[in-house]
Amino acid sequence: MEEIKLMDEEGRRIDGRRPDELRPIKMKVGVLTRADGSAYLQWGKNKVLAAVYGPREVFPKHLQDPERALLRARYNMASFSVEERKRPGPDRRSIELSKVISEALRAAVFVEQFPKTSIDVFIEILQADAGTRIAGLVAASAALADAGIPMKDLVTGMTVGKVEDTLILDLCKEEDNYGQADLPIAIIPRTGEIVLLQMDGHMTQEEIDRALDMAIRGAMKVYEIQKRALLERYERLVREKEYIADISEV
Amino acid sequence: MSSKTTENVISEIKRSWIEKLAISGKRVDNRGPEDFRPIKVVKGFVEKAEGSALVSMGRTTVLVGVKVEIGAPFPDTPDKGVIITNAELIPLAAPTFEPGPPGEEGIELARVVDRGIRESEMIDLGELVIEEGEKVWIVYIDIDVLNYEGNLFDASSLAAVAALMNAKIPYSKHDMGEDRPLPIKHVPVSVTWAKIGSAIMVDPSYDEESIMSARLTVVTDEEGNVRAMQKGGEGSFTLDEVKKIIKKSAELGSRIRKQYLEVG
Repeated sequence: MEEIKLMDEEGRRIDGRRPDELRPIKMKVGVLTRADGSAYLQWGKNKVLAAVYGPREVFPKHLQDPERALLRARYNMASFSVEERKRPGPDRRSIELSKVISEALRAAVFVEQFPKTSIDVFIEILQADAGTRIAGLVAASAALADAGIPMKDLVTGMTVGKVEDTLILDLCKEEDNYGQADLPIAIIPRTGEIVLLQMDGHMTQEEIDRALDMAIRGAMKVYEIQKRALLERYERLVREKEYIADISEV
Repeated sequence: MSSKTTENVISEIKRSWIEKLAISGKRVDNRGPEDFRPIKVVKGFVEKAEGSALVSMGRTTVLVGVKVEIGAPFPDTPDKGVIITNAELIPLAAPTFEPGPPGEEGIELARVVDRGIRESEMIDLGELVIEEGEKVWIVYIDIDVLNYEGNLFDASSLAAVAALMNAKIPYSKHDMGEDRPLPIKHVPVSVTWAKIGSAIMVDPSYDEESIMSARLTVVTDEEGNVRAMQKGGEGSFTLDEVKKIIKKSAELGSRIRKQYLEVG
């Protein structure tokens, strides 16, 4: 691989952003008619759809929990979402991501209010361009709120990384592929809980400290976008009872 | 990743209401028997795919992505490119769609869409050969059903055809020159009808599909020739009904082709 320059002398990133600048984010809540809750998120070139079904009967039945709802999130990439066609069906990566996303959402949802039921969260990546796990989680959390499922708060998140020894927010594809580190994080803003945390690459302890602060500040911007999208949905519903947002008009 | 739908559940009241309307040629959403729901075609929705189209038919939404990659031809057709069609009834689209490999409904859907494209010779497969017997372009047509509100056949077929017309062969990515559009020869259009009681109506909604006794899909080309058909459901059609459906399908198909698939 030839050398790729990820940051210029003025501190501009490969896509022209400043180190702490996010990609454009747009979100619509209530985009599907059959799901109990849904959300569509465009985050840079990422296009992500999330749907929630439930609380509903658990299938298969033996997974039923008498104490709480079974919250299962499934992260899936469409075959055409990436550069080289991906074979349909789960691979090891999507199984891991489904697990950590499920755990992050369980931390926010009052699962004990719905014993013996399941809450199924489906995340479909229509187009992938770095940061899909956080984008999926952010969309899923808004879809849960749209489904009216009680939660401590929305779950929000961000990715922070390092290129040319500089910390940067919200990595794009090239920074993800050729950067020095990648740290996705998800939080529950109201309680300050960190509910998803992964990291790969190389960072000093001092860098990690700064990276975490930076990521949380970035995540709070995403949180505002989630809240605005939910508000917009319900303001619209007051006027138009059966309103469904069109994902091609985002 | 997706699998079969269990039976659609519909209330008795709704069922008898739809049946009663059907007798007098009416429908719950005020359409006539030969009216499609509003159609919207957005080409190029997935920039990372070589071609794509997001199609809505009423509130049914289907996204098709086309990927074009280099691979080996089938041994029995060394002088032809390859088309592979796959459909995923993803569980976001309906409460009855479950995660897992495609079930019989998803497979039937993919095969019927594939048949229309293949049999109409929509794409000149001979033009997709790079090196005979060794290297050809493989065209993957992946159908992602995003929201199921009835008539997946026509929505998926329209999305697949629109995505193919929008697709580029990625010559530049492989240092083989400039990208070129796929060699399109014909433009097939699929039109699906449902039978409820003795009434027959086009583009069935989810509720109509839930109570229909039989279904017939007819794919025609721009000359009105029939290129593929698929009957579904436990009920039946009479010979007269089939003939009338074919005639009407060619008419409606030509209208859809003009409105949504005209090149330019």
